Amino acid sequence: MAFTSAVITFPGSNCDRDMAVAIEQVCGGTVHRVWHGDADLPDNLDFIALPGGFSYGDYLRSGAMAARSPVMQAVVRAAERGVTVLGVCNGFQVLTEAGLLPGALMRNAGIRFVCRDVALTVENNQSLFTAGYDAGQQITIPVAHHDGNYFADDATLDRIEGEGRVAFRYAEAVNGSARNIAGVLNDRGNVLGMMPHPERMIEAAQGGSDGRALFESVVRGLVAA
Amino acid sequence: MKVRVIVTLKNGVLDPQGRAIHHALEGLGFDGVNDVRAGRVIELDVADSTTDSALDEMCSKLLANMVIENYRIEKAA
Repeated sequence: MAFTSAVITFPGSNCDRDMAVAIEQVCGGTVHRVWHGDADLPDNLDFIALPGGFSYGDYLRSGAMAARSPVMQAVVRAAERGVTVLGVCNGFQVLTEAGLLPGALMRNAGIRFVCRDVALTVENNQSLFTAGYDAGQQITIPVAHHDGNYFADDATLDRIEGEGRVAFRYAEAVNGSARNIAGVLNDRGNVLGMMPHPERMIEAAQGGSDGRALFESVVRGLVAA
Repeated sequence: MKVRVIVTLKNGVLDPQGRAIHHALEGLGFDGVNDVRAGRVIELDVADSTTDSALDEMCSKLLANMVIENYRIEKAA
């Protein structure tokens, strides 16, 4: 079976094409482009990606409107069935607003938009998304966000840390995130949200390829499953 | 019926915007400001038959993010 994926585009998404190109180049197979107003997703999806951007102009809260759009009902159902779901940047915000991931993403502690390469530590290399990395490996991936300050109450933070659900951690101060958390998995391990953009680091021409292993991990994990 | 929903950050949640406003007030020479918290006011015009539980649901499902925010509902007389 060929790898089948979907990239969801909301009004205001702006990393959807980059995401689709990264998936095409690294994962191969068929990449469907799905519009936010679609009530249904293509059949037999292996992988759904929610891209970065500023869906609905960040009205109300970043990701809040997109999380209530028709297609997200279908994404939630797919995630519950076990389909692999990745949310990057605004996609991470949408996943928390939709309740698929714990916590919330608040305004950066330093108020300013942060747009630069940052060092990340791979905290958990046993997940579907990170098996291609070494445990504790330091990688460089760009961030570009205004609302990346991860917040959850202490009990939630303790729980997700204890369950190995912190996939990536910033190796430097970036946005004030609780415990420097950059990427979080759901309890089942099939949903990952992260603020850094792995799709912008898949080949040398982009300044590095540290994001490539994430997409390779997804494909390998699904073939093995 | 006019309804005001006031959304505020929960206690203990750091408010970078409130802090920036605080600094700006100090920069303008206003002394004695101890703390600033920024929030949001949403005004609704709803059918008179709208129940309190429906209003609560609007707030908890969309208007406020219950992970970080509280809300208060005020009905205009």
